[in-house]
Amino acid sequence: MKPAAFDYVRPDSVDEALEVLAASGDEARVLAGGQSLTAMLNMRLANPSVLIDIARIQDLKNISLVDGMIEVGAAVTQAALLAWPDLVKHQPLLAQILPNVGHYQTRQRGTVCGSLAHAEPSAELPLALATLQGEVVVQGKRGRRVLSAADFQTGMMTTDVAADEMITACRFPVADAQSRSLFHEVSQRHGDFALVALAAVSTAQGVRLGVGGVAEIPRIVDLPLLQGEAVEATLNDLAWELDGVDDPHASARYRRELVRRIGKKIINEVSHATS
Amino acid sequence: MQRLDAGLRHRVRFLLNGRAVEGDAEPRMLASDFLRQVLGATGTHVGCEHGVCGACTIRIDGKAQRTCLTFAVQLDDCRLETIEGLTDDKGDLNDLQTAFRRLHALQCGFCTPGILMSLDQLLEEEPEADEVRIRDVLSGHICRCTGYQGMVDATLEVMAARRNAAGGEE
Ligand code: FES
Ligand code: FES
Repeated sequence: MKPAAFDYVRPDSVDEALEVLAASGDEARVLAGGQSLTAMLNMRLANPSVLIDIARIQDLKNISLVDGMIEVGAAVTQAALLAWPDLVKHQPLLAQILPNVGHYQTRQRGTVCGSLAHAEPSAELPLALATLQGEVVVQGKRGRRVLSAADFQTGMMTTDVAADEMITACRFPVADAQSRSLFHEVSQRHGDFALVALAAVSTAQGVRLGVGGVAEIPRIVDLPLLQGEAVEATLNDLAWELDGVDDPHASARYRRELVRRIGKKIINEVSHATS
Repeated sequence: MQRLDAGLRHRVRFLLNGRAVEGDAEPRMLASDFLRQVLGATGTHVGCEHGVCGACTIRIDGKAQRTCLTFAVQLDDCRLETIEGLTDDKGDLNDLQTAFRRLHALQCGFCTPGILMSLDQLLEEEPEADEVRIRDVLSGHICRCTGYQGMVDATLEVMAARRNAAGGEE
């Protein structure tokens, strides 16, 4: 379980990092916290010949409010965002979700953007980004692009970031003071990959529900305010539509049941809190 | 900008338990292997090598982290604390280690160094942590022997004792 050889580059700025990226083609990978990437390297599931370590770039360590969004730099750890004093006020859903991302030990090195870049189907942060309709800022020598959550994650462990680009920040909208949100996940052990993770946010029209862990990417649905059996029927359709598969951790049937039960619970709680 | 060639070994320098240390590592060398094989600090254990078991946990710049998910070259200028730093100069166990021993918080001891380093941070930063929080921190570790209850008891006991000691001094 040792990685193959690679050149290690530690740029001092984003510009330097982009130079190296442009020069290395698709041979390079960007390393921030390394809580997913280094494990992949150890298992030789990834074999880049160049690693570009951005963890010490000062410009990427900021959390700031920009145009109604919380902007999180690419070197900000999950623990740092969780410890941000304004998090509960500005984005309570993220404050609920972050303690479920990995473990105490991995959150202290793992970054928020790194988890998005890894795009693991059961990961909580991609679910948070998609449910909250956040954005990802990517940069390359050719320029800068701001991707919506929907455009960013294109499939299981794949994103729209090109080989010569890197994520420099992600953005989560500041929560509307009236809105309510809830998160619930089921995993075998606290901190393990979620078998099913659900997030719900109240919207002007009803409830937006995000489901992670079942399909290849987080699935987001906007639902009108529903009552009683209508909730159950909608969730049942959704549970089947997600097309989950049996894997060693849980059967597809169990996952469908979790979507129905937890979905109902959090939709009801979020809608009651609003009305 | 620093560029370290894949095939060469590079000098790495950091503080280990308060002492300046250095050694050479290829970029691909894991921090866990560097500690054990280059520096001979074998108190830090290695289990899974992909970030699952927590055996390799140490404190880097104060924060408990997995050394199998960190490269030695990333440690430059960092401050590291490992299990070797918990005992005093005479090698006497600290309060948490003593409580672990008395309350059967370890059996084979393979997982113990990592767990102690995580709890060392918790005790320092959150001296009022409750059982739920302690178990949350422990969830980043796998112990095949004990069932964790002894570790929870030991941590709570040490927290209470440290609070009493602090209160008594005022
Ligand atoms: S050896 Fe590092 S987590 Fe298992
Ligand atoms: S004491 Fe044996 S693994 Fe924990």
